[in-house]
Amino acid sequence: MSEPAKNPSETLVEITLNDKKISAPEGSTILDACKQANIDTPTLCWAENLTPVNVCRVCVVEVEGSRALVPSCSRPIEEGMVISTDSERVNTSRRMVLELLASSVELDRADKEIRGWITSYGSNPDRMGNSSEIKTSKQPVKIQDDLYVRDYERCILCYKCVEACGDDAQHTFAIATAGRGFEARISTEFDAELPDSACVYCGNCIGVCPTGALVFKTEHDMREENSWDPDNQKVTETICGFCGVGCNLELHTQDEKIVKVTSPSDHSVTEGHLCIKGRFGWQHAHPEN
Amino acid sequence: MFGAGGGTSSYKEIEETDAIVLWGSNARTAHPIFFHHLLKGLSNGARMWAVDPRRTDSAKFADVWLGINVGSDIALANGVAHEIIDAGLENKEFIANATTGFEDFAAHVEPWTLKRTSETTGVPVEAIRDLAHGYANAEKAQIMWTLGITEHHTAVDNVLALCNLSLLTGHVGRWGSGLVPLRGQNNVQGGGDMGALPNKLAGFQDLADEEIRVKFETAWGSEIPPEPGWHLTDMFNAMGRGELRALYVIGENPADSEADVNHAREALEGLDILVVQDVFMTRTAEMADVVLPAALGWAESDGTVTNSERRVQRTRAAIKPPGDARQEIEIISDLARHLGDNSWGQPTAEDLWEELRTVSPMHAGMSWERIENEGGIQWPCPDENHPGSPFLHDRLWKQPAEGRLAPFSCVDDRPPVESLDDNYPLRLTTGRALDSYNTGVQTGKYNSPIRTGEALEVSTADAEKLGISTGERVIVSSRRGSVEMTVEIDPNLPLGLAFTTFHFPELVDVNQLTNSAYDLKSGTAEFKAAAIRVEKMIDA
Repeated sequence: MSEPAKNPSETLVEITLNDKKISAPEGSTILDACKQANIDTPTLCWAENLTPVNVCRVCVVEVEGSRALVPSCSRPIEEGMVISTDSERVNTSRRMVLELLASSVELDRADKEIRGWITSYGSNPDRMGNSSEIKTSKQPVKIQDDLYVRDYERCILCYKCVEACGDDAQHTFAIATAGRGFEARISTEFDAELPDSACVYCGNCIGVCPTGALVFKTEHDMREENSWDPDNQKVTETICGFCGVGCNLELHTQDEKIVKVTSPSDHSVTEGHLCIKGRFGWQHAHPEN
Repeated sequence: MFGAGGGTSSYKEIEETDAIVLWGSNARTAHPIFFHHLLKGLSNGARMWAVDPRRTDSAKFADVWLGINVGSDIALANGVAHEIIDAGLENKEFIANATTGFEDFAAHVEPWTLKRTSETTGVPVEAIRDLAHGYANAEKAQIMWTLGITEHHTAVDNVLALCNLSLLTGHVGRWGSGLVPLRGQNNVQGGGDMGALPNKLAGFQDLADEEIRVKFETAWGSEIPPEPGWHLTDMFNAMGRGELRALYVIGENPADSEADVNHAREALEGLDILVVQDVFMTRTAEMADVVLPAALGWAESDGTVTNSERRVQRTRAAIKPPGDARQEIEIISDLARHLGDNSWGQPTAEDLWEELRTVSPMHAGMSWERIENEGGIQWPCPDENHPGSPFLHDRLWKQPAEGRLAPFSCVDDRPPVESLDDNYPLRLTTGRALDSYNTGVQTGKYNSPIRTGEALEVSTADAEKLGISTGERVIVSSRRGSVEMTVEIDPNLPLGLAFTTFHFPELVDVNQLTNSAYDLKSGTAEFKAAAIRVEKMIDA
């Protein structure tokens, strides 16, 4: 009793990608085609389990006949499209995007990949001035409970957390962008303290945050005391022990202790999302904490 | 369902269905990640009906909330069936091809007119008609339920009443159409899979079938008694009669979780020997003669669990168990050795799984490696080339239908065992909170910012009548016990209904109040329908 084929259209579309002709399924995005062709493409606001919002512009590519660079994460491929991902224009744009973001936001706790792109695209954030002076929306770290910490100095406004909290997954709508221009920031309603807001602590915002602005309290505390050591962590896949849904958990452990919990975004049960019990309800494994 | 011991559908199907009927389930709170799939279904245009006495967080997402009187589910299902037949919306071809007993069923539900159904259930006529027509006319439709259906003395009949609706409309056996019991606990389905049922062996094979018994006897090298064992409620009854004298409890906390818990505690105290194997010193463990500290299933052990879509998935040890805690497989194997059987050796989880595959045809095709590589497999999976089964019973759509035809069941409305009277005028129903789980043995150990503790939730009108307000302490009594609780007014409750969770037995011993009357077919107690009285505390 097998699942019916989701996209009966298995029609292939032919495109030219960096001077090479390739075929990819109709409906694929340029990013999908790049992945298929093993072309590393930087992304910040895109995630497998979220709808593209096109805000970071770091995944842009050049499409022949198109005046502006196009975001590869959301643009579907078309028959005969000619795409360059490695042109001077593309590389300059990507370098500038990363440079501007890194000059205004602290990215030292961002995903390893992101820090890698800053180097490989030759970004030099310091040329924008002393970064400590021009931080956008400088604000103190928000520690309002024992589960997770919001450090918005590290936020690049990629909107992933808003999407995950909203109609891409959780439908709680506890956070949105408040303020404009340099004041733009992610906020709860009326900037309420998290426990008083609509937040239900699913932590799906942490799951998608690429820059370390939203982290488990455990991770925050360990980083502050200099004991956070990703090279010394292992990830074990298991199944949540609470309700009967059977969510897939990735237990991140360091020195025989669970330090955070994520879920694989490509699994059909969770699609990367968890509830408060699955994400934070593991502390009975270390009752002495 | 229709001969298979599990739900018919995959979670993904609800994303593509047209009509969603959530009946006696607050999945938004109790099964949040399943509810994500449901929300996708709503985004894709499905209509949703929520049948629940409370206007729950789940019901708030529904197009129509049917605020049913506690325990009148069969009346409502029969009424919906009557309306479907009356309007000529039943799927005549499917009924003729795949079912038996339609004529009797149609006659059985004949008296359940919209008017009578509405009077019995408290649901407005228009809402019943809307559900009946919406469900019957949908191209694809799913019914899902949880303990709101099964924690009644009519548990099995309630399920059969819902099955009738799917047979009437052909909403089963196709992608997007089915019946989905959302399992309350992580591995309830897996326990059934492994034969932890009094009358079944692994793979839901009948204990009564001699051929099956012989197969297991040959594999295990020991004789299997042909008489079915006891389910949990039978066991407590047998303890009460003094017939059951020794009890070995693994990973359960009945001294907190049983209905009419005072009675259950007495039964446990009367045992000759109580052995408890658990990860914490639960109240049950504190009563035990011997406690066997065990490793955590999900973080410290290798093994498998089965979820509500029949998907067998791997648990893996990420950390070592603390102190003297040991793997449960080791404890049980050692126990066998001490009991004089040296043949067990020291099996691993994989060894046990490989043995299961040789005796359980529905698991035969699931190699350890495949479960690892394929992100779990849904049973039945009879051979290694079989992809597993996202949904069941497409056999009913074959022309002619294959296997045993699906029978309609004539089931009767039977109100809750405990009726309301002047002394106990309020209905109490219990359920779960988002951040907590069962008796709180595990969830009590993390600091949830949204935890509000245990409160007796009452309707605005009842609070006014009783002269009580949010935050006030009251005495709550049933015919079995009395506890002190804090009041919380909940505008989502109807007049006459009170609600509480049961996650903090050390603060409020809620199960002193609940009723242990149970369904004779399933053994499940009627946690959902006690009669209570609420009294103001008199200042000392």
